[in-house]
Amino acid sequence: MSKDSGKRTLFEALPGDDILSQCIHCGMCLATCPTYEITKLERSSPRGRIRLSKKIADGEISISKTFADEMNFCLDCQACETACPAGVKYGLIVESARALIENYNYEKVWKRIFKKIVLKFVVAHRINIKIAARLLRVYQKSRLRKRLHSSGLFKKNFPKLSEMDLLSPDVSPIFSDEYLNEKIQPKSEVKYKVALLTGCLMSIMFDEINRDTVDVLSAVGCEVIIPKGQVCCGSLNGHNGDIETAKELARKNIDEFSKFDYEFLIINSSGCGAFMKEYGRILEDDNDYCEKAKTFSLKVRDVMEFLAEINLKDKFKIIDEKITYHDACHLVHSQKIFSEPRKILKSLPGVELKELDESSWCCGSAGIYNLTHYDDSMFLLQRKMMKIKETNANAVLAGNHGCIAQLKYGTKKFNVDVEVIHPISLLKRCLNDQ
Amino acid sequence: MTGSAKEKIKSIVGIRNYLDSEEDKICYSYDATAIFNFKPEAIVFPESEEQISQILKLANEEKFNIIPRGSGTGLSGGSIPVENSLVVVMTRWNNIIEIDDKNLTATVQPGVITGNLQRETAKMGLLYPPDPGSANVCTIGGNVANNAGGLRGLKYGVTKNYVLGAEMILPNGEPMRSGGKNYKDVAGYNLRDFIVGSEGTLGIITKIILKLIPLPQKTKTMLAYFNKLSDSAKSVAEIISAHITPSMLEFLDRTTINCIEDFTNAGMPRNCEAILLIEVDGRNSIVEEDSELIKNILKRNGAFFIRIAENEKEAEMLKFARRSAFSALARKRPTTILEDATVPRSELPAMIEKITEAARKFDVTFGNFGHAGDGNLHPTCLTDERDNNEINLAHKAFDFIFNEAIKLGGTITGEHGTGLAKKQFLEQAVGTPAVDMMKNIKLSIDTNNILNPGKIFSTTPRCEGTLPKSREQIRP
Repeated sequence: MSKDSGKRTLFEALPGDDILSQCIHCGMCLATCPTYEITKLERSSPRGRIRLSKKIADGEISISKTFADEMNFCLDCQACETACPAGVKYGLIVESARALIENYNYEKVWKRIFKKIVLKFVVAHRINIKIAARLLRVYQKSRLRKRLHSSGLFKKNFPKLSEMDLLSPDVSPIFSDEYLNEKIQPKSEVKYKVALLTGCLMSIMFDEINRDTVDVLSAVGCEVIIPKGQVCCGSLNGHNGDIETAKELARKNIDEFSKFDYEFLIINSSGCGAFMKEYGRILEDDNDYCEKAKTFSLKVRDVMEFLAEINLKDKFKIIDEKITYHDACHLVHSQKIFSEPRKILKSLPGVELKELDESSWCCGSAGIYNLTHYDDSMFLLQRKMMKIKETNANAVLAGNHGCIAQLKYGTKKFNVDVEVIHPISLLKRCLNDQ
Repeated sequence: MTGSAKEKIKSIVGIRNYLDSEEDKICYSYDATAIFNFKPEAIVFPESEEQISQILKLANEEKFNIIPRGSGTGLSGGSIPVENSLVVVMTRWNNIIEIDDKNLTATVQPGVITGNLQRETAKMGLLYPPDPGSANVCTIGGNVANNAGGLRGLKYGVTKNYVLGAEMILPNGEPMRSGGKNYKDVAGYNLRDFIVGSEGTLGIITKIILKLIPLPQKTKTMLAYFNKLSDSAKSVAEIISAHITPSMLEFLDRTTINCIEDFTNAGMPRNCEAILLIEVDGRNSIVEEDSELIKNILKRNGAFFIRIAENEKEAEMLKFARRSAFSALARKRPTTILEDATVPRSELPAMIEKITEAARKFDVTFGNFGHAGDGNLHPTCLTDERDNNEINLAHKAFDFIFNEAIKLGGTITGEHGTGLAKKQFLEQAVGTPAVDMMKNIKLSIDTNNILNPGKIFSTTPRCEGTLPKSREQIRP
């Protein structure tokens, strides 16, 4: 279809002209874009970023710091994809643009080093994640941390770093993969055979969510397989311009999971789920893995998506709880999972679900965005916390570890009295035999 | 624009409200109009009337052009820059100053998003009826400048019916006020209505007073499915001639329905030729009575199924689906040229036939939808701007459609404005004396032709007709 593909040899990293030209700049995305809301500048809007990417692909302008900044300013929340009637694949455009600007070193040195350490050395290697987590825990429990904060020295000299320190969730004393067996049988007969991704952050920071997931899945008749060799899904790398590491991690996971026989791969972190559903696309140029990746992706289910498909009748007891639900971007926008969790939550006896205004607005967590763009992230978090407060709910539910950490931090920073939990943890509390 | 002019602009608005990087120029080179785009020299976000006034005075001195802009969702190129121009963006003027529930008025700044105003007034039991498809993103200022219409035009009219007063800065930098909260006001010329639809060529609007009405007690939304296009058109004509006035009477053809379904999954049938989306509102008893009458008319004219929205959520979804029509059509082809031909309502069936004929004759694809009850259609050409041949054919097809619309007693644009996209057809539609009068008005208010020049009509000399009256007229 594209006749002028000859001139785009320079930036093959960007998607083809057919994808870049699909945006008709109607502006329907403007109302849903958090960064446009912050600056009210066209270049911080989805259609502005698409236009700039197209001009770069066409060779009319060159990559600049302004362009790099805008691409990194984007949360990649993909709310615009949900809003776009024309179906423009914005996520694809922004992620490939990020891969492109990685070569240009426009970001501040500390951000680049930080990103590199996190992406290349920590999340890419299972053992390094654990070492880093253990070190972090030692620090978190140390007197040093208390001293640093109580003395006020930390805040005075490194105000943002001190805030970020408080932002990071506590590392679990023991990681979920260290106590969850590779195969867990349900108490009743086996109705489904499922695999579970325990995730890197989920496992080290929120091991109880993995435990709750296993308990609920067992209670509804799942045999749960947790391959020991599984690695990080690669989404952090993929979203931050490090596609090659992401591909490596994807291949490794495909190999590890294929050693087992399962019907569905259950994921309780929406970011991981969204990315693993994309393995088929990410590896489409890889002859050895292309087909395997497609089959692999087809089996991926978010835990709430899976539970909404099966019969949950009589599984839950009455508990009195007033809750509200925050849509994680990678659930609602990337995976289009909106009604499934609501259907389950509404069916819980005694639970009252209050709809959250702007529930599908990003909370500002967005992977490592709250670390790289702290102020913008806090602007969005404050807005989110005020909306949560308006619902008067006792608990806010979110299906992603990033949102959970961010919202928990928000309860402290903006003084909102609400419990932050994963929907699966609420289901666990409601289980009949608990 | 000279460097010193840019420095002066910077000192007026402050460095933080001034942009002139290449990236920013690109991002303000377009609006929602297909094909047209042009880069400005700089972009400013003024903070006060005083700043706007100074910028306009400077533009007269330094001879650069001013392009006012809201959200940039216009469909006739009204906010697309021209040569040597400065874009003045009004989106940060987004305060609802007052909603007066004693007088049923709202006083707003021009950058208020139309949808936000509708939501705020609804909280007080009031309705701001104009409802353009882009309500969630477009600004009131843009609506006023283009006299925007929308889905509720049939019963409630368009923007001009709701503007009670406006304040603007004239091209010479002087502020002007017109109208107020009075429902009746005949003091002098009706300048207020003159501002409405002036497309940013006569002044920069800074404040607007709008009329509100009580929210209707009840609304009922329904869809009627047809196997024949002509049946849907006949139904529309019969509803109008039966003296029933629904608040919405919208038409969608098969191509449009399929694109919308790909986007929303609203549950519309993909294999029917046309759908009418109808909403009636008012007191309970009237809504029931009218919807029964309409149902009978629809059945009599060949609707094979009538779906009634069961709750407000479903009704909202159906209307949302309709509002997405234009953008959803881009799923088929990357360039969607949306037109706005409007005919007297009784001519609607004839117009639909002419559009089908144009598609056949010039071998182009149209998605058709529109405000059937207003006789206002949006034939949308699905094409690809990267292919010159296709674009040429599209233009020929539109020439044909405009000509046919005028022959049927219609007009070239019902609600999108003339702007850049339709100015070449203006003379044909309204006649030379009217265009000459418009030019005379424009030049008497904007003597140096600095405010949004080249929109609506050209001020360059024409091959035929009157010659330009002064040197200033020979400009873009």
